[in-house]
Amino acid sequence: MADRRPITLRVNGQELSGSAEPRMTLADFLRDELGLTGTHLGCEHGVCGACTVLMDGRSVRSCLMFAVQAEGHELTTVEGLAAPDGSLSPLQEAFSTNHALQCGFCTPGFLIAVTEYLAEGAPGVDDEATLRARLSGNLCRCTGYQNIVTAVRDAAERMRRSP
Amino acid sequence: MKPAPFEYERPESLGEAVGLLAEHGEEAKLLAGGQSLVPLLALRLASPSVLIDLNGVRELDHLRLEGDRLAIGAMTRHRDVEEMAELRTRCPMLVEGVSLIGHVTIRNRGTVGGSLAHADPAAEWPSLVLALEGEIDATGPEGVRTIPAEEFFETYFTTALAPDEIVSEVRLRIPESPRVGSCFLELARRHGDFALAGVGALLELDSSGSITDARVTLIGVRDRAVRSSGAESVLVGARPDAEVFAEAAEAIDPEIEPVSDIHGTSEYRRHLAKVLVRRALALATERAGGV
Repeated sequence: MADRRPITLRVNGQELSGSAEPRMTLADFLRDELGLTGTHLGCEHGVCGACTVLMDGRSVRSCLMFAVQAEGHELTTVEGLAAPDGSLSPLQEAFSTNHALQCGFCTPGFLIAVTEYLAEGAPGVDDEATLRARLSGNLCRCTGYQNIVTAVRDAAERMRRSP
Repeated sequence: MKPAPFEYERPESLGEAVGLLAEHGEEAKLLAGGQSLVPLLALRLASPSVLIDLNGVRELDHLRLEGDRLAIGAMTRHRDVEEMAELRTRCPMLVEGVSLIGHVTIRNRGTVGGSLAHADPAAEWPSLVLALEGEIDATGPEGVRTIPAEEFFETYFTTALAPDEIVSEVRLRIPESPRVGSCFLELARRHGDFALAGVGALLELDSSGSITDARVTLIGVRDRAVRSSGAESVLVGARPDAEVFAEAAEAIDPEIEPVSDIHGTSEYRRHLAKVLVRRALALATERAGGV
C-alpha cells in the first residue's frame, strides 16, 4: 500500500510540515493534518468551489490537487486573510457589512476566489454580468448571490478609496 | 480520502516521464492539471495504480508567439493563454474560447495538453486547434511524432496518441492580417458548464470584401470537435452577408450528429449550432472590417 510522504509547504506565511499518502487531497491535508478547518469541502470533485485556496497567488481547488503536489508551494487559506491582530480584510468587512453569507459554508471559497479577483484590480466589477461570471465558480445555496455581488463591489470600492 | 490508493511519480524531465510511462504501461495515468482526472479518481471512475505527475516537468510549460506560430507547451495553463496580451486583438477566437473553459480557478490549473489528450467532445481546445491549423507533438520512447489536428481527435475521449506517448507541444497558426476576424461563441446552461453547442469562426476578407479564407469549427454536436468543410466551402469566394451565413449554417447538417441528453435534445442542439454559426460569422465579419 502506498506510503506516506513528508510534505513541507508555506501556509499563510508560515512554514508547515506534515505527511500524507499520495492520494490525500490538499483539502484533506489542510484540514486533517494541519488543522486548518477554515477550508471547507462541499462536493469533493471540483464543482462547488468551497475548498478554493490560493497557491502561489492563484486560486485553485484544493480538492482537485493532491497534498504531495503542494510541496514547496506558498498557500493562502481563509485563515490567512485577516491581519495578524485579527482585523478583517476589506473583503471580509464587506461580506460582514452586506450580509453576504447566511450559513457560511461556501464563504471561505468565495473569500479566497474574490481575494484573487481584487488583487487583479477587479476588472469589470461595475458590470453585473462580468462580475457574476467571475463568481460562477463558487456555489452558494442560501443567499441568491445578490448580497455577495454587493459585497464584492463594496470591497472593490473600499480598496479603491484606501489601497 | 476518496481516490483509491496509487503510487505517485513526479518526473522532472520529459524523458523521465516517457520512461515511467513505458515502464508502467496501462497501469499508469498521466496527471496534468487534474481538473478532469481528479474528479474521475474521486468518484472512482478511474483507479490507475500509478499516477505520473507532469507538474514538475518544466520544459513542458512554455508559451511563445514567433511570427504567426504560437507554440504552447503541454503543461501551459489555460489562464496563461487567456492572459497573453498579444492574442486579444490578434486572435479573439482563441482568447474567447479559452475563457469559456470552466471558471478562473479551473483555468489556473487546467492545462492545454491535458485538455487535448482528454478529448472531451464539448471541450473548447480541440476546436481551437482544428481552426488554427494546429499540429500536436506526441513524445514517446521512439522520439517525437507530429500529428495534424485533423488526425488527432478520433471519437469520445479518444485520440491518435499511442499508449506510450505524451502530448508535449501544440503549435497553432495565428493569422497576422488586419483583414482577419474571428470569434468563439457557445451556449451552456450555466456559465462554466460544458457547452450544449459552440462555434469558432475565422474569416479573412480581400480588399473588395469577399471571403478568401474561412474556418468554422463546432463543439458539443458530435463524438469529437468538427471542422465544417461544408460551411467553409460555401463561404470561400462569397460576399459575407446574412444569406451566405444562413447557407453556411445549413451546410453543417451532414457533418454533425448531436445526441439528446438531459440538457437538450438532438434537434435543439442542431438548431442551436446553426444559430451560433450565423452569429459567429456575422461577428467575425465585423471584426475583419467587413459589414
